[in-house]
Amino acid sequence: MEITLDINGDRQVLDLDPRTSLLDALRHHLGLTGSKKGCDHGQCGACTILVNGRRINSCLTLAAMHEDDEITTIEGIGRPGHLAPLQEGFVRHDGFQCGYCTPGQIMSATAMIEEAREGWPSYVSPSLEGDIELSDEEIAERMSGNLCRCAAYTGIVQAIREAAETREAAE
Amino acid sequence: MTTYLKMDAPQPRHLDETAQGVLGAPQDRPEGPLKVSGRAVYAAEHELDNMADGFLVRATISKGRVVRIDEASVKAMPGVLAVISDERFLRNPAQGGAGAAPVQGAAEVAYFGQPIAVVVAETFEQARHAARSLKVEYAVEEADVDPETASKVDTPDRRQLDQGDIAAAMGDAPHAVDVTYTTPVQSSAPMEPHASIAEWDGDRLILRGSYQMLKFNRAELADSLGISAQNVRILSPYVGGGFGSKLGIAPEAVAASIAAQELGRPVRVVMARQQVFEGTMRRSETRQRIRLAADTEGRLTALGQEDRVSNLVGESFSEPTAQATHFLYGGENRRFKQEVARVNRTCAGSVRAPGEAVGMLALECAMDELAEAAGLDPIELRKRNIPDLHPESGIQYSARSLAACLDEGARRFGWSERSPEPGQRREGEWLIGLGMATAARANVLSEAQARVTLHPDGTALVETDMTDIGTGTYAVLRQLVAEMLGLPSEKVEARLGDTDLPPGPGSGGSWGASSSGSAAFLACRGIRQMLATKLGCTADELRLQDGTATGGNLRAPLADLLTDGPMVEEGHLVPGTTAKEFSQASYGAHFAEVAVNATTGETRVRRMLGVFAAGRILNEKTARSQCQGGMVWGIGAALTEEIAHDPRDGHIVNRDLAEYHVPVNLDVPQIEVAFLDERDDAACPIQSKGIGELGISGAGAAVVNAIYNACGVRVREYPATLDKVLAGLPAL
Repeated sequence: MEITLDINGDRQVLDLDPRTSLLDALRHHLGLTGSKKGCDHGQCGACTILVNGRRINSCLTLAAMHEDDEITTIEGIGRPGHLAPLQEGFVRHDGFQCGYCTPGQIMSATAMIEEAREGWPSYVSPSLEGDIELSDEEIAERMSGNLCRCAAYTGIVQAIREAAETREAAE
Repeated sequence: MTTYLKMDAPQPRHLDETAQGVLGAPQDRPEGPLKVSGRAVYAAEHELDNMADGFLVRATISKGRVVRIDEASVKAMPGVLAVISDERFLRNPAQGGAGAAPVQGAAEVAYFGQPIAVVVAETFEQARHAARSLKVEYAVEEADVDPETASKVDTPDRRQLDQGDIAAAMGDAPHAVDVTYTTPVQSSAPMEPHASIAEWDGDRLILRGSYQMLKFNRAELADSLGISAQNVRILSPYVGGGFGSKLGIAPEAVAASIAAQELGRPVRVVMARQQVFEGTMRRSETRQRIRLAADTEGRLTALGQEDRVSNLVGESFSEPTAQATHFLYGGENRRFKQEVARVNRTCAGSVRAPGEAVGMLALECAMDELAEAAGLDPIELRKRNIPDLHPESGIQYSARSLAACLDEGARRFGWSERSPEPGQRREGEWLIGLGMATAARANVLSEAQARVTLHPDGTALVETDMTDIGTGTYAVLRQLVAEMLGLPSEKVEARLGDTDLPPGPGSGGSWGASSSGSAAFLACRGIRQMLATKLGCTADELRLQDGTATGGNLRAPLADLLTDGPMVEEGHLVPGTTAKEFSQASYGAHFAEVAVNATTGETRVRRMLGVFAAGRILNEKTARSQCQGGMVWGIGAALTEEIAHDPRDGHIVNRDLAEYHVPVNLDVPQIEVAFLDERDDAACPIQSKGIGELGISGAGAAVVNAIYNACGVRVREYPATLDKVLAGLPAL
């Protein structure tokens, strides 16, 4: 079937098997292999991308469901030489080792910081209302959908904490 | 030319004399920007012209024969190109370092989940659907799936040792413990599933795969296919985690290669996550009886570790459960036994720190029990039992900073605040406890070659087929060469993961950085000699810094010494007699603070510290990450990780990441790691030792010892899940 996707600001017309997941459309049909397949079941978070600004597991949704949605992948966030602050933070704090879960971590964190700014509470939030302070525990809880078997969690939290603080300070 | 060294004697510390000052520095990974931007390309991510996709088909019996594969059941489905089942298929992956094909054959089934066929189609979706629709008929045979009741049990000679009289020593001792611990089956679960793209050019095969040890994998793949290794090239520049599961060539590589040859076009086969759990390596379960006896001073008089593990028939690998126990503590009377039950379960092989990872879970908890029985602090008990010479072979130890790690860890962690009496600290409904354990991992050096090229423009290139599976190889080889040649790190490029490059030992057994690093070091020594000759001084006088050479009152920019073009040298390192003359290991101390919920039995790790000494640290940032990662594996082993085999047919019940619980971000506190300065001259010419598996070795025991200190419940059946802790807590 023919489908038009809006990815990182580019319109892409694809002829796809209706069974094609959004993740496989990116990886197999558009050469956007930055989004990773770790489980194909929404269990690991390696395929996290943004759809209309919200983080989703792209393996759990079909490409055919996203006509006209605004899709952002890791390739749309920054590139070597022009990395986003969050990406730079991951490098500096060694928030990865093998690098396979990393694009998903960064996309997840990108959206997560916005969720917190909008006041979404989490399981560890002291209150369901009011401003969210992104403590290490809040970051860890909100990032627990993104597995890292190298277990670079210490660096991941440091990188996100720094990016969130920098963003806060800039306002 | 080649600069060659066989490690037959301790080596001088050349790297303490160099001038650049970059080695050991916590520099960022050079490939980091590619990884964080999604531009690092992993095995499955190459789009080749006319590439087809294959999907593996698994056996749904535990033992028996494939009688018929009904190709017609899927051949008419859209896009399907072939259903391939071939006697060259691998029953299971090769064991690490095998260098030859493992057991082959797709018709004989030895475990539930064994790959028996591959369905190839134009697209992934078509292949997956067809593979899942394929009808297969079996002749089922009775399987042995329980290691405790298996009919065939081996006792490998290399795992049996009797020294003195352990029974008498246990009977005579004022303090003794005789306890049995169990650890469950565990899985490496790397984030990148196993993947291969096979492409033939005539009789030459190129495999883009996700592998850890390319020199061996090339030989294994060639042997599996019945072709010459000269005709096989493997590329693995980026590997999305391995942890042992990608040590040996695996079924998807051979299936892709056979399919690609048959169809005359490139074929990609990626394992589904469930297939990774079933069709790669598991870590064997263990049952370990630990016996420890101590005199009135707390000095060990007896030490025993007898274990039962399991594996498939025909696999020589057995979990080296007692590996660290042999060299870690003294005690004259010693007994080691191992039984290997032959079962129809997924193949058992190396998973991060084979041996120490599970052996020390039992040993280090039993030491905690002995400390309590003897009325000694657990750190003091360990320090009193650090042997002068190896308690079995009598050989000397190389650098060993165990006592210093224990002391430094105690100081940093606030160990003196710990009450030796369990259950003394409570915060609301949480019981707080501290625990510790020794870290130790045997050090191994392996043959390695590397080529270094110094260009007139002041850049250098280091090349080897060595892999970086997250371990930091790109970073440490770059820094090592920069240090030796007096260049900023940015001027050095490391090219890895290609069997066309000089062979290294691969990533496994924590030997990669020391072995390949030593080969690169040797190559640089050869280049330094050439530079010294050009400059007109001796190699000893030569000083290289920021692209300038000085020595013997002479001074020249490197470019002036390279007017004849680049200098190229290979380094070749071979292990030697120091491996036999010295007991070599990396050491450390783990500390954990846990909170145990008095109502639910839930354990949360609140703080964790590891103090380690592993010879020269080559990059403090990547070394720290390696140790942190290992320690988190310890948390997983202690609290959540457990493969469940169905008792009826042995199949893995929890074969995905939702049901096999690796630690998630919230399970892990900010982990603190410290390194002690150490040089190990007997280990290798760069004085470093293995670090990739040190962090896991003993870590889980520190957590479980902390649980005991928190609430007085001693869990001897890993993992310490809520039900087991709760069973020992007082009723509310």
